[in-house]
Amino acid sequence: MMIVDFIATGQGHFQAIPPDWPGGFWWHWLFFTVVVIGFVLTMVMGVIYIERRGMGRMQSRLGPNRTGPFGLLQPVADAVKVLLKENIVPAAADKLVHWLAPVVAFAPALMIFAVIPFSNGALLADLNIGILYIVAISSVSTVGVFMAGWGSSNKYSLLGAMRNVAAVVSYEIPLVLAIVGVVLIAGSLSMNQIVVAQNIPFILLQPLGFLLFFAAGCAEINRSPFDLMEADSEIVAGFHTEYSGMKFAMFYLVEYAEAVAISAIICTLFLGGWKGPLLPPWLWFIIKVMLVFFAMVWTRTTLPRIRIDQLMAFAWKFLFPMAIINLFITALQVLAGWPTQLMWAMIIVNFAVTAFMVLIWSRFFFRLGWGRIEV
Amino acid sequence: MKFERYGIGIAKGLTVTIRHLLRHPTVNQYPEQRLNISRRFRGNELIWNREKCTGCGTCAKTCPQGAIEIVTATDMAENKYIVDKYEIDTGYCIQCGLCVEACPYEALYFSHNFECARYRRGELVQGKEEMLETPQRKVSGYFYPDKAQKLPGQTLLVEKITEKR
Repeated sequence: MMIVDFIATGQGHFQAIPPDWPGGFWWHWLFFTVVVIGFVLTMVMGVIYIERRGMGRMQSRLGPNRTGPFGLLQPVADAVKVLLKENIVPAAADKLVHWLAPVVAFAPALMIFAVIPFSNGALLADLNIGILYIVAISSVSTVGVFMAGWGSSNKYSLLGAMRNVAAVVSYEIPLVLAIVGVVLIAGSLSMNQIVVAQNIPFILLQPLGFLLFFAAGCAEINRSPFDLMEADSEIVAGFHTEYSGMKFAMFYLVEYAEAVAISAIICTLFLGGWKGPLLPPWLWFIIKVMLVFFAMVWTRTTLPRIRIDQLMAFAWKFLFPMAIINLFITALQVLAGWPTQLMWAMIIVNFAVTAFMVLIWSRFFFRLGWGRIEV
Repeated sequence: MKFERYGIGIAKGLTVTIRHLLRHPTVNQYPEQRLNISRRFRGNELIWNREKCTGCGTCAKTCPQGAIEIVTATDMAENKYIVDKYEIDTGYCIQCGLCVEACPYEALYFSHNFECARYRRGELVQGKEEMLETPQRKVSGYFYPDKAQKLPGQTLLVEKITEKR
């Protein structure tokens, strides 16, 4: 309504300030827009450093350590290098789509942070449907990736993009079902309210939900072991085969911005967001995001890439039924009032359920490659 | 009952990677840190001893690549050969070591130096003056065990590698 008023009345007409925004909406908007963009860009540089150095050390290497102290300026060096490169557009490409794709992919990754609280109430827009907004917005990135695959007029690009679409369509379901468990306990869709409701981190109340969300989130943003859309050993570089220079840098940025976004969402939903003793809330938030991202790097280095049929099977035969059962159990517990009255019982029961379910499901219902050694 | 398939395998893998994270990386920082190469290293350069060489040309004959070129003149007064030109094109050298083994007067050795990259092919051709032994270009212990004894022992990659910043 406000934005409609703003557009209707023209530029510079700041009458539409709602009374519940302290200091005026536009100051708030400006401040948090700058904060969000700065946060995303600096965090992307931070996580690239963590990823390259952490992965290097896990592979008995050092990782980049030449640029700046401890190699801290490596992301800057990479950015400068990639920006100075020639921008090549294939002759047969759909020029407009090829140009637009990086922007379409990047905007949603940035927009996710609009509803992520950095401190109590410190967020761009405290939507009462915050998590629903995230689920809706984050999928738009796939459109950008598909545009890139289609616009490149390269069969490998298209293959990679199609794989990404298939993965997102499949993994969205367990992802959302894992979120619903948290929402049931918190009793709100607002990200800030979810954090406020976490007297203890929800990972203790929802261990199975956390595992499901972590796996599905990694698949959603195509991180290894689910990075089939840019599987270099199969399809050159997937959707960004035909990209170079600035536009490639955008895709690189999207990849890590999405990883930061998923880490931030996991930290907000399951790890208590900005809550924590002693340190200021925003610092707790950043520490937790870094920890979650480190876990992603850790799994990335450890696990080999899975096949495309295994990717689908993992979503539909393992994550999906588990998510349904987790949701059902959580709903029963919430109905019985456990989250408020019998919290310790809920923790014990849910951890037991997690161990039991993973064991039973992998024993009797689903095994990656059905236990054959050669796959 | 095997637990490898029920998540234990993943947990094992995760412990392996975290253990690698916490131990020393098995690389070295090359320009700053150098490992000692093998004492019997067959380098890309040859070291020629001006005093011992009689100019017999055995090395040039054994060289399968024909990389060694030797031109001699006769010194009638001293009753010996004078080596006018002694040149090796290290670009053709295959480090087989036949010339070193063939030399009857122990006048030719391999170099212990391994940084022999050049910008131009022409710079790979080394003449008499460049082939002499200097403190920078040590003699390798290849084919000469007594020379090998004097060189420092080979360091292995896993020993004492720390990050240099």
